[in-house]
Amino acid sequence: MLYDIWTVFWRDWLVLQRRIGRFILSRMVSPVLYLVAFGWGLGRSVQVSQGSYLDFIVPGIIALNSMNISFISVGSPLNMSRLYHKTLEEYLIAPIGSLAFVIGKVLAGALRGLISSVLIIVLAYAFGAHLSINGWFLLALTLNCLVFASMALVAAMIMNSHEDMANFNTYILLPMSFLCATFFVPDHLPVVLRWIIQLLPLTPASHALRAIAVGGSVPMVSFFIMVVYTALFMGIGVWLLEKVRE
Amino acid sequence: MIRIEGLLKKFDDRVAVDHLSLEIAQGEVFGLLGPNGAGKTTTIRVLTMLTRPTAGRIVIDGSEISQDKQQIKAVIGVVPQHFNLDIDLTAWENLELHGRLHHMSADVRKQRITQLLEYVELSDRANDMVQKFSGGMKRRLMIARALLHRPKILFLDEPTVGLDPQVRRRLWELIRRLKGEGLTVLLTTHYIEEAESLCQRVAIMEKGKLIALDSPAALCQRLGAYVVEWDEADGQKTKFFADRNTAADFTNTLTTTTTLRQTNLEDAFVELTGRKVVG
Repeated sequence: MLYDIWTVFWRDWLVLQRRIGRFILSRMVSPVLYLVAFGWGLGRSVQVSQGSYLDFIVPGIIALNSMNISFISVGSPLNMSRLYHKTLEEYLIAPIGSLAFVIGKVLAGALRGLISSVLIIVLAYAFGAHLSINGWFLLALTLNCLVFASMALVAAMIMNSHEDMANFNTYILLPMSFLCATFFVPDHLPVVLRWIIQLLPLTPASHALRAIAVGGSVPMVSFFIMVVYTALFMGIGVWLLEKVRE
Repeated sequence: MIRIEGLLKKFDDRVAVDHLSLEIAQGEVFGLLGPNGAGKTTTIRVLTMLTRPTAGRIVIDGSEISQDKQQIKAVIGVVPQHFNLDIDLTAWENLELHGRLHHMSADVRKQRITQLLEYVELSDRANDMVQKFSGGMKRRLMIARALLHRPKILFLDEPTVGLDPQVRRRLWELIRRLKGEGLTVLLTTHYIEEAESLCQRVAIMEKGKLIALDSPAALCQRLGAYVVEWDEADGQKTKFFADRNTAADFTNTLTTTTTLRQTNLEDAFVELTGRKVVG
């Protein structure tokens, strides 16, 4: 099982290594834009209780970016592999279990999310942000990557066209990017909306990363929610992978 | 080696394979023939566990498909109809991935990949991305990949579709060599000459049903060893004869241009699947 997980991961790692330069460059574009627009531009005229707006939004940007990268690293390639290239069949025909495949893919996607997050942290320091990073911060970040890499796996197995996959991005990920406590605290929103936001899978990451970055207490509930989401999505992923043989 | 009993596969209400039963012996090259949509690919997909059967029993190398999946996966090699190589990897890496998925040790993997790349004449392209490969090269690499873990049975789904005649002949050579090495091969094709040239026995399927099962020669014999073809105002006519003399006598009675030749598998196929007006 461990060997099979490593095999699935190894393939993605091989592809990433080949493209690491391009990957890093392309991953820097949107965080730099966010940092310039919201940190330098808008941020100068915004005051938040916890210090500068830049310090406030960096954990949010890390949360949304790790979500996006983990998701697209697994979602599109797996969806293409299932529908167009049919390379998924190579795994289905091989004597490996569905769980090994799911774990391998999710870990590979999470790794890409983590690499891009490290880039943002470096960029954020370069932009003059202050944030304290410790083991809890990295754990929250890793969990967020796992949540969205596994969500992408589920989406890739369900969506039956490339267009549907893009729509999933538009309807699910894009709203979360803005609403889930990334750029503002949703305390002033209507109660119903606040509740919905609390339930969305990106919110615990934003909360946890921000709380830890300012040196506050570690919100264990957020960690718990992320673990539940990861387990849930991975479970559905295994089930879908078994069902694909119908 | 392969025993199929009453295989039924339905997609909603549509029946793709309708109570198929057949047996394939070890070392046999067996052809599954039929027009498009006859259920050949679905049969292969069921046998390779990419699709679950609706009903029926399938035994491969002594193991039942519904129970010993992992065991069966280790003894089968599959070359699907579509090119499903990983285009983000090189030829070597594609094989390496397959070897790892089949739990081959690093030493064995390396040795076997080198050997098979040579076997399919792709050694000099080992480190090229497969995206740059031609159709024939991709197909050869897929065969190498399917053989990497030393399977006992090879499934080839339309192995030469869309390839140049020269490349097709080369692939046929390769398949004949496999047969020589004792491998059991199940191939689907709608190129009749391919089945005639490679297979010891063929099963002809139509609309999911098995309509004939025999050696190509016996199927031809059933119709008559010789055939006479001639043109009439409403199209080409054919008539079969048991021996050459009777056939020749018949041609003498015709006033149009006629062709007298030996019956081939295509005639048998056309007769059985009823796609041509019978003379």
